[in-house]
Amino acid sequence: MSKFVVQNLNFYYGKFRALSGITLTILDRQITALIGPSGCGKSTFLRCLNRMNDTINGTRVEGKVLLEGQNIYDRRVNVVELRRRVGMVFQRPNPFPQSVYDNVAFGPRVLGMARSKSQLDDIVEESLRGAGLWEEVKDHLHQDALSFSLGQQQRLCIARAIAVKPEVILMDEPCSALDPIETLQVEELMQTLKANYCIVIVTHSMQQAARVSEWTGFFWLGELVEFDSTAKIFTNPSHPLTENYITGRAG
Amino acid sequence: MNARFVIQRIGFVLLSFIAVVVVLPILVIVAIIVVRGIGAINWEFLTTMPHDGMKAGGILPAIVGTIVLTFGTAIAAIPVGVGGAIYLSEYARDTLFTRAIRLAIVNLAGIPSVVYGLFGLGLFVLFLHFGTSILAGSLTLAIMTLPVIISTSEEALRAVPTEYRTVIASLGGTRWQGVRYVVLPQALPGIITGIILGLLRAAGETAPILFTVSAFFLPRLPHSLFDRTMALPYHLYVISTQVPGMPQEIQYGTALVLLMLVLSMNLVATLIRGHFRRRRPW
Repeated sequence: MSKFVVQNLNFYYGKFRALSGITLTILDRQITALIGPSGCGKSTFLRCLNRMNDTINGTRVEGKVLLEGQNIYDRRVNVVELRRRVGMVFQRPNPFPQSVYDNVAFGPRVLGMARSKSQLDDIVEESLRGAGLWEEVKDHLHQDALSFSLGQQQRLCIARAIAVKPEVILMDEPCSALDPIETLQVEELMQTLKANYCIVIVTHSMQQAARVSEWTGFFWLGELVEFDSTAKIFTNPSHPLTENYITGRAG
Repeated sequence: MNARFVIQRIGFVLLSFIAVVVVLPILVIVAIIVVRGIGAINWEFLTTMPHDGMKAGGILPAIVGTIVLTFGTAIAAIPVGVGGAIYLSEYARDTLFTRAIRLAIVNLAGIPSVVYGLFGLGLFVLFLHFGTSILAGSLTLAIMTLPVIISTSEEALRAVPTEYRTVIASLGGTRWQGVRYVVLPQALPGIITGIILGLLRAAGETAPILFTVSAFFLPRLPHSLFDRTMALPYHLYVISTQVPGMPQEIQYGTALVLLMLVLSMNLVATLIRGHFRRRRPW
């Protein structure tokens, strides 16, 4: 089932055209990886999917991004609610300088999701379990989030993101600040999460894309050069640019 | 020895000397005021009305006046100042309009305090018919304090990493929720510092209250917002220059009370700031 259908998307920073003519379909409950050299537009594209680019002055979008059939750039769309449905995990682990509990409870609190303390406790526990962090932090829920390791902080950010019950999780190089073991933990977590969420990940590591994703898109200079199943992209790419990039001859 | 180490040594000595030169006058001023004024300080001085043409008795109305004025200034200036800072830092886009506002704030900070006094006289006392009153004086002091509060608060808000605002947006929070639950708490120590700095200046100023609130001699406590009142800085000016044969001890005693009031406010601010600063990550 398709989650996002992107049709002929152009994106501009002022006069600079950062994305041109992007068309692709992102499937639900699968992991889609976006690869390409720095500055190729993959992060910009990711941020188009929850309209995070809106916060930057002087940006402009053309084309359509359909989330379950509705164009998210439509005038009538409530951006705040859109971002609740399409969550995001960032490059650097960035928990708030508050307790583990308060971090996870932040979203449910501002959205008024819990009617009682015990209901909020349940959401927090469920989210931390979902992020594979519960066993490690259940006795330290009121400890400062910043006192944990970076890998734990990043999984805490994932718990914080899923606490608001999104449908999609966008991950912008979620492992670039983590060591190999922490990276593996996050990748395993992604495999669990895809049972319930649509996941889109931007990564600089081609091995990571090959390991975790079903679908891979290769961006080059603001264009989507090739989009296909991960197996196809990494074994038999149809475009020479893709082949050069994944074999390390370019990019 | 290598020349660069000699230079380092000389530089260090020079900078230490400069540091002493900077601190010394403050210590000397405080020491003189304490030594000459401490004799005047007693329970009666702090809690009774002045009499015998202010040459005897206490300075209670001036103390109360300064405290009341400082509170009035705080009530008027904090919501407007912090609100303005939140607008400028969190909501305003960089337009000609907001640039004009910023320019105005910078210029307000540079205006001599006596001009604020005249402005307050014109606007609050005469035009709005508040009369020479605590209300007019507090509002005048508040306007003078605003630029300090706005610019320090805005700086404190801007120091909170943009990342947090992005995260809040990605969780489906509104901009205000981000300000309310994450940005403002993080910026609070800096904002409190700004507020206290502003209020300290207000508490010690003479010129803005000269025409708007101060009574030369009023041996009773104020009754309402529309009453005039004595205040420490103006009282100090009066007993230092306008009353012949004033005992020196009372002058220094009054200065000491003003100094202690200001320093204790400063101390409270430092404690509050320290309390909030414990958990800041950057």
